[in-house]
Amino acid sequence: MRKRQIAYQVAAAALVAVAIVWIAANAAANLAAQHIASGFGFLGRPAGFEVGESFFLRYNASDTYLRALGVGLFNTLAVSAIGIVLATILGTAIGVLRLSTNSLLRVLCAAYVEFLRNVPLLVQLFFWYALITEGLPPVREALEPLPGVFLANRGIFFPTFSGAPVLQGFNFAGGAALSPEFAALLAGLATYTAAFIAEIVRAGVLSVRRGQGDAALAVGLTRAQALRHVVLPQALRAIVPPMTSQYLDLAKNSSLAVAIGYPDLVSIANTAINQTGQAIEGIAIIMLVYLTISLAISALMNWYNARVAK
Amino acid sequence: MRKWNALFTVLLLLFAGKCLHSFVEWAFVEAVWRPDSGACRAAAGACWGFIADKYRFILFGTYPFEEHWRPAVSTLVLVALWVLSGLRIFWKPGLAAIWAAGLLAIGVLMWGGVFGLPYVENERWGGLILTLLLFTFGVALAFPLAIVLALARRDGLPALRALAVGYIELIRGVPLISLLFMASVMLPLFLPAGMTIDKMLRAQVALVLFAAAYLAEVVRGGLQAIPREQYEAADALGLTYWQRTRSVVLPQALRIAVPPLVGTFIGFFKSTSLVVVIGLFDFLSTVKVSLNDPKWAGFGVEAYLFAAAVYFAFCYAMSLYARRLEQPR
Repeated sequence: MRKRQIAYQVAAAALVAVAIVWIAANAAANLAAQHIASGFGFLGRPAGFEVGESFFLRYNASDTYLRALGVGLFNTLAVSAIGIVLATILGTAIGVLRLSTNSLLRVLCAAYVEFLRNVPLLVQLFFWYALITEGLPPVREALEPLPGVFLANRGIFFPTFSGAPVLQGFNFAGGAALSPEFAALLAGLATYTAAFIAEIVRAGVLSVRRGQGDAALAVGLTRAQALRHVVLPQALRAIVPPMTSQYLDLAKNSSLAVAIGYPDLVSIANTAINQTGQAIEGIAIIMLVYLTISLAISALMNWYNARVAK
Repeated sequence: MRKWNALFTVLLLLFAGKCLHSFVEWAFVEAVWRPDSGACRAAAGACWGFIADKYRFILFGTYPFEEHWRPAVSTLVLVALWVLSGLRIFWKPGLAAIWAAGLLAIGVLMWGGVFGLPYVENERWGGLILTLLLFTFGVALAFPLAIVLALARRDGLPALRALAVGYIELIRGVPLISLLFMASVMLPLFLPAGMTIDKMLRAQVALVLFAAAYLAEVVRGGLQAIPREQYEAADALGLTYWQRTRSVVLPQALRIAVPPLVGTFIGFFKSTSLVVVIGLFDFLSTVKVSLNDPKWAGFGVEAYLFAAAVYFAFCYAMSLYARRLEQPR
């Protein structure tokens, strides 16, 4: 029996090894036939393409592929991090409001959740992008919903500490701007993920037994105190683990940027693959980076979970 | 407290009513329904004429125009197969035969080449039927793989378990787009020189590999819900591992897993829309490509609302079904 088990395992491992060797041999032969280089040497060569926008890193076309990919990585991290914060705020608000005593509010929030959850994210991203680039007015007639904040089909412009956006020629100067691509991706990721987070928060609050809140009120705590010190700490235990997988999904979904032209990691790696033909290296980089991001988010959330579950 | 609530309701009603009113104005009152792009550009409302003009391409892609009835009938057959499979009275071995007959009919209709139907190569398939086929075959092919992975992860020998865990976590840790890129640019490199597989099949491979990892975790959840006594009873009867798994464990585990499986199916149905990035003409692609017509450029909002409505109809039907399954009978 024991011998047979070992034989099975050796056979399975051998099968996988043979498959890998076969694939590698085919790949080597095909690459040689097509005169495609292999290895990561291309990372040091100039990329030669422009990138639409960049968070943190300065970049121009004469910089290396490595730097271009770094720009993509920071763009991915920026949109994911801001997206996670916005989705958490919006999702928690909607989840809590679904439990409100006001029935109209409950219905509206339920409709939001049902509609957003049942439409593919990519359709929503295309919709947001179309809404910004086609639905918003040109720069000269930009909407100004708040003083100093302008919405136009070339992006969203808002003031910073160093200055406010001013119309100059065909565009705004000064202040800060979000490109239509970034704004559409962020809006899509945040509103879509918020629908899932709302359900998690609602289930988490409902998982705390009713008597807990009543008891807190009976010992003289105010409603806010009861929520803050009694209900929420218990709800968090049910909320944090599924929330982690929503954050992971959001980070992975940010790769849909490539479809609307935001230069995230996948989009830049894809350009690099098209230019160099080095598909294996390019995709390996994408996968490694996402696995690292996934592990990092998991580790961070596990640490947080260990704190709230105490 | 009561008074505030009432006041709040009134304010909310006013706000929601105003939003609804401007939406109705835009979508219906001021809308243009004729396929006339000039009238659309002049109007203040939505341009549904775009859909009226392009619906054949949106639904059937580049399939030959005179033959559109074939994908239309195939779509209806496929939807009917799914509806039948949802009804408990059809949960019998005969269901597999119904599916085989239905898929054979769809294959004959779509490819043709027999019964006087002209042959249509699968590069020309597109639109809604392609989305439904990618979904159906994705689920059908991923499911057996998922069961194997779940069994290996749960009670496999150490080496098999390590392989299953490694596979599931790797696939779940990377975005679907990277798998689709892998299938479209890397898969051809992995095959011996001279051997090629077409784009549709490559996308299908990526979708199957992707779905298998997620379905495996749901099946594993079902396996974990089986009480230990069931295993012990099967062992006491002297059943072998495979007999026990096939006749005792899996039938119960899959039944428990049906509601979360439907949830995974919804997610997978939405994910098939990602094939747009590798240039396949699924439903979302045909909507997007319709906008490339200069006559209709700039009506993206209407186009994607229409796409959203169609996807919503499918996904919401599935989620209502899952909810009904979860209610005690």
